[in-house]
Amino acid sequence: MPTRRFFLRNSALAMVGVGAAPLWLERALHAADAPGARKKILVAIFQRGAADGLNVVVPHGEKAYYDLRPTIAIPRPTSDPGKRGDTALDLDGFFGLHPSLAPLKPLFDQQHLAIVDAVGSPDPTRSHFDAQDYMESGTPGRKATEDGWMNRALPKAAGKVSPLRVVALGPVLPRAVRGSVPAVAMQTIEGFQVRNAEAAKQFEQMYSAAKDPLMQAAGRETFEAVAMLQAIQRRPYTPAAGADYPRGRFGQSLQQIAQLIKSDVGVEMAFADIGGWDHHVNELGPRPSEGVLANLLREYGQALSAFWKDMGDRMNDVVVVTMSEFGRTARENGNRGTDHGHANSMFVLGGAVKGGKVYGKWPGLEREQLHEGRDLALTTDFRDVLGELVARHLGNPSLKTIFPGYDPKLLGLV
Amino acid sequence: MRNRVVLALAAALCLAAVPEISAYAKKKNAEGSRQFQKQLTNDQKILQALNRLTYGPRSGDVREVKSMGLKKWIDRQLHPENIAENPVLAGKLRTLDTLTMSGSELVRNYPTPQMVRQMVNGQIPFPADPDRKLMLTKLMQKYEQRQAKGGDAAAGPNVANAQALGDLLSSQQLRSMRQGTAQQRLAAFHAIPKEKQDDAIGAMPQGLRQGLFAIAPPELRRRLEMANGPQQMITRDLSEGKLLRAVYSNRQLDEVLADFWFNHFNIYLDKGADRYLVTEYEREVIRPHVLGKFKELLEATAKSPAMLFYLDNWQSVGPDAPQARGKKGARGLNENYGRELLELHTLGVDGGYTQADVTEAARCFTGWTILQPQRGGEFAFNKRVHDEGEKTVLGVRIAAGGGMSDGEQVLDIVAHHPSTARFISKKLAMRFVADEPPASLVDRMAETFRKTDGDLRAVMKTMLESKEFFSEGAYRSKLKSPLEVVASAVRTVNAEVDYAFPLANQVSQLGQPLYRKQEPTGYSNSSKEWLNSGGLLARMNFALQLADNKVPGVKVDTNQAARPDASVAAIALGSPEFQKR
Repeated sequence: MPTRRFFLRNSALAMVGVGAAPLWLERALHAADAPGARKKILVAIFQRGAADGLNVVVPHGEKAYYDLRPTIAIPRPTSDPGKRGDTALDLDGFFGLHPSLAPLKPLFDQQHLAIVDAVGSPDPTRSHFDAQDYMESGTPGRKATEDGWMNRALPKAAGKVSPLRVVALGPVLPRAVRGSVPAVAMQTIEGFQVRNAEAAKQFEQMYSAAKDPLMQAAGRETFEAVAMLQAIQRRPYTPAAGADYPRGRFGQSLQQIAQLIKSDVGVEMAFADIGGWDHHVNELGPRPSEGVLANLLREYGQALSAFWKDMGDRMNDVVVVTMSEFGRTARENGNRGTDHGHANSMFVLGGAVKGGKVYGKWPGLEREQLHEGRDLALTTDFRDVLGELVARHLGNPSLKTIFPGYDPKLLGLV
Repeated sequence: MRNRVVLALAAALCLAAVPEISAYAKKKNAEGSRQFQKQLTNDQKILQALNRLTYGPRSGDVREVKSMGLKKWIDRQLHPENIAENPVLAGKLRTLDTLTMSGSELVRNYPTPQMVRQMVNGQIPFPADPDRKLMLTKLMQKYEQRQAKGGDAAAGPNVANAQALGDLLSSQQLRSMRQGTAQQRLAAFHAIPKEKQDDAIGAMPQGLRQGLFAIAPPELRRRLEMANGPQQMITRDLSEGKLLRAVYSNRQLDEVLADFWFNHFNIYLDKGADRYLVTEYEREVIRPHVLGKFKELLEATAKSPAMLFYLDNWQSVGPDAPQARGKKGARGLNENYGRELLELHTLGVDGGYTQADVTEAARCFTGWTILQPQRGGEFAFNKRVHDEGEKTVLGVRIAAGGGMSDGEQVLDIVAHHPSTARFISKKLAMRFVADEPPASLVDRMAETFRKTDGDLRAVMKTMLESKEFFSEGAYRSKLKSPLEVVASAVRTVNAEVDYAFPLANQVSQLGQPLYRKQEPTGYSNSSKEWLNSGGLLARMNFALQLADNKVPGVKVDTNQAARPDASVAAIALGSPEFQKR
C-alpha cells in the first residue's frame, strides 16, 4: 500500500516529470537525503580489450623494457623540444606517460591524478570475456557472482531514493553496475524518453502490469528515471570552462556524466567504457605519437581532461577510476603488437585524490621477475584501489560484502 | 482486413489463456526443473516453434503450420534446400549486388579512395564495366578538387556546385527538381543525358539529393548512395540483406542459424581488410555449413581470409621459421587465433585447456596466411614462416615437420573434444530453448554431437524433438535481441520493406550494430544482456515509429492498420509481451 511518503515523492516526481517543477525543487528533492552535504560520486572507466599498460605508463627507467620491445617501446623522456612529442613524458624519473596523454600531465603535476602500477586481477585468465567479468563483478575466479561491485558498493540509501543512483552510458547495462539497486543504461540523456506522451502513459501501465517480474522492475525503473530526466532534457548543455570533449562515444559519455552530476539528479555511481585496446598488431605507427594506441590514448586523455575542466570544483566530490581487464605481454610479439598479459596500470583522478605519485611496488621486467616468464607481475590487487575508494571516498565500510573473500589493503590514495 | 493485423498481433503476443511462466521464478527455485517437464498445449507448441525457429510469426503462419502438421513443418525448416525461396526476397536483393561478389570483385567495384587513385594511376585495373569506370574516374576528380581546395567540399551546397548544376539542367528542369511532384522530379533527372547524370548527382546540394533519394527507385537510390563513397555500399548491403532475409525468407530457420553461427564465429567488419572479406565469409563459409558437420564449418572459418585477418593469424610467424627475420625486423608468434579457437569457437573457456595449449596451437597455425589481404585475399599456406618443431596440443603430440597439416590436426582434435560437443550444444540450447537450459537436454544434444561426428542438423533435431523445447520452462522465456525485435515487428504487422537500411539503423539504436561487434565473443545469447531501461525505451520508440509509418523505407499498410489501429499496433509492439519470444 502506498505510504504518504511514497505519494509525496511521486507527486513531486510527477511535477518534475511534466517540467512544472522549478530547478530548486528538483534539487531539494535530493538534497533532502543528504542535508548540508553533497553525496560523493564515483565514476568508473573500463578500457575494454586489455590496454597495454607498459606503453601507457612507461617504465623508462627500466632497461629490460627497451630490450623486450625493440620496435614498439616509447623512447625515454628528452629535453629536446623537437622530439618531445614522441617520447615518454616523465612523471618521477622512472615512469613516464605515453606522449598522447599530454593533456593528463598537468593533472598529475598538480597532484590531482594518481597512478597505480603493476595492478590488476590476480586471476590468471587471459580471456577478455572472463577477465572483464571478474573485474566487473569484483570477484576474480568466481563466476557465480550475479551482481557488480559498483552496485554492491552503493552506501545504504536513506529517505528518498533517486532512480538515477547508478548510471551507465551505452546501449547495454554493464556487469559492474548490475544488482539489486536499480541501474540505468542510457546512450544519451536526450534520447532517454518515449517520444509520444500518450503512448508513454500506456506503456508505463503495461509494464507495471507485466507478468514477468524482471520486465516489470525494468519498466518501473525506466519510467522513474524518465520522469527525473525530463527537466534536464529541455535545457541545452554547454560544458563549463571551455572544456572540449573529443568527438566519439567516449568523450560524449563523459560529457553526459558531467551533465548528470551537475544537474543534481542523484547520481552516485557512473560507468563508461572505451573499447579497441586489443593491439595484437602494429601497436605503434611510424612514430610513437602515431598509430592505433596513440590515437586511442589521445581520445582517452582528452576526454578525461575535458571532464576535469568541465566539472570544476565539483571534482571535490568526485573520483574517477580507470581499469582494463589485464595487461599485455612485456615482450612485443611477432607483429609489432602485444598479446594478452597480466598486470596493468590504473588511474585515479579527483579533487581529494593524493595525486602526483605512482603507487604500487614495481616488480621489474627481468626474466625471473615476469609473471609466467612473459608478463608484468602483479603487486597490487585492483580491489585494493577500488576498496579504498569505496571505503574512504564513498564512506561505505562494508568491504567484506562488496569484495567477498578479500581484505583490501589501503594505499592512501584519498 | 484490420482483423488480420489484430489476429497477427494476438498470435505474436500469445494472448492464450495459459499464464506466462516467468524466467525469474524459474531460476530462483527448484520449481525450475519441473517447468521443463510440463508440456505445452498444441497451439502453444506451434507458437513456440514459430517464435524460436523464425524471426516471428506472420499472420497466417499459425494456420499454415497447423495444416501442414508441426512435425512436418519443423522437418522442412531443417531442410531449407527443399523450401522454395520467396520470389519477393529475390527481387529485393537484386540491387544489392555486392552480396554476390567475391572479395576481389568487391575491391575493384567498390574501392576506397586510395584504391581509386591507384586505378587512375594504372597501378591496379579498373572494373570491366565501363559505367563503373566512368563513375570512379569522376569520383576521383571530385576527391582531387576537394583536396586542391584543402577542405571538405562535401559539407553543404556551394556556389560552384549550384553553377555546375545550372550547366547540366535547364532552368525548367531545375525548377521541376526543386518543386515538382515526385514524378516530375524523377522525370527531370532522367532527362539528363546518361553520361552527365553522375555529374549532376555530384553537383546536387544536400537537400536536393535527399529529396530525390526519398522518391528514387532502387537503382537510382543506389547511385545516389554511391556518390557518398562506394566502399560504404558493402556494409550497407550486408545489413540490408540480413534484414530483408530475416523478414522475407521462407527458409527462416536457415536465417536464424546463419545469424547464430556468424555470431559464434564473429568477425568485426570495420577491422581493416575485413570490410572486403566479410561478405564472402558469411556467404561461403558460414551459410553452407549451418546444418552440416561442425568440423567442416570450423575448418572453413579457420581457412577463411576474414578470420585469418580478424584474429591476426595471417601475420603469425614461427620464431625459428626460415623467414622469421624479414625486412621489417623480427616477426614472430601471434596467439590471438589460437586462444579464441579454444575459448570461443570450440572447447569454451572452462573446457580444460591451458596457456601452454594456446601457445602450442598458435605454433601449429603459423604459416596459415592470406595472399594480398587488401585486394580481396585468398587462403595460402606459407611454409617459410611455419614453425616446423614438434608440438603438443591438449595432450596430443603433433610430430615435427607436419607443415600445414599441423593446424588441420589441431582442428581435428578440438572438433572431437568432448568439451566442444558440450559447449556447442549448450550454446544452441541457450539460443533456442532457455537462458539456462536444463542439463539433461544439453547432455542428450552433446551425445548426438559425439555420435554423429558433430552433425549440426542431428543436434538440432535432438533439441527440437525434446520435451524440454516444448515445455513451459522454455515457453516465452527468452527476451528478443534487437534484430529479433525489429524483424519480428515488421513481420507481425506485415509491413512492406522497400529500403532496409533505416531498419538496420534501428537495430543499431537498440544496441546491436550488425556485423559490428568488435569483440570475438559476438553478441550475448542471454536475455539479461538486452534488458535495461535505455534499451526498453528504444524498443518503445521503435514501435511507435514503425506503427506510425515513420521508419523510412518501410510501409505499414494503412488499409490494414488504419489510424486507430496504428496506435494499437504501436502499443502492442512496444509492450512487455512482444519483447519476449
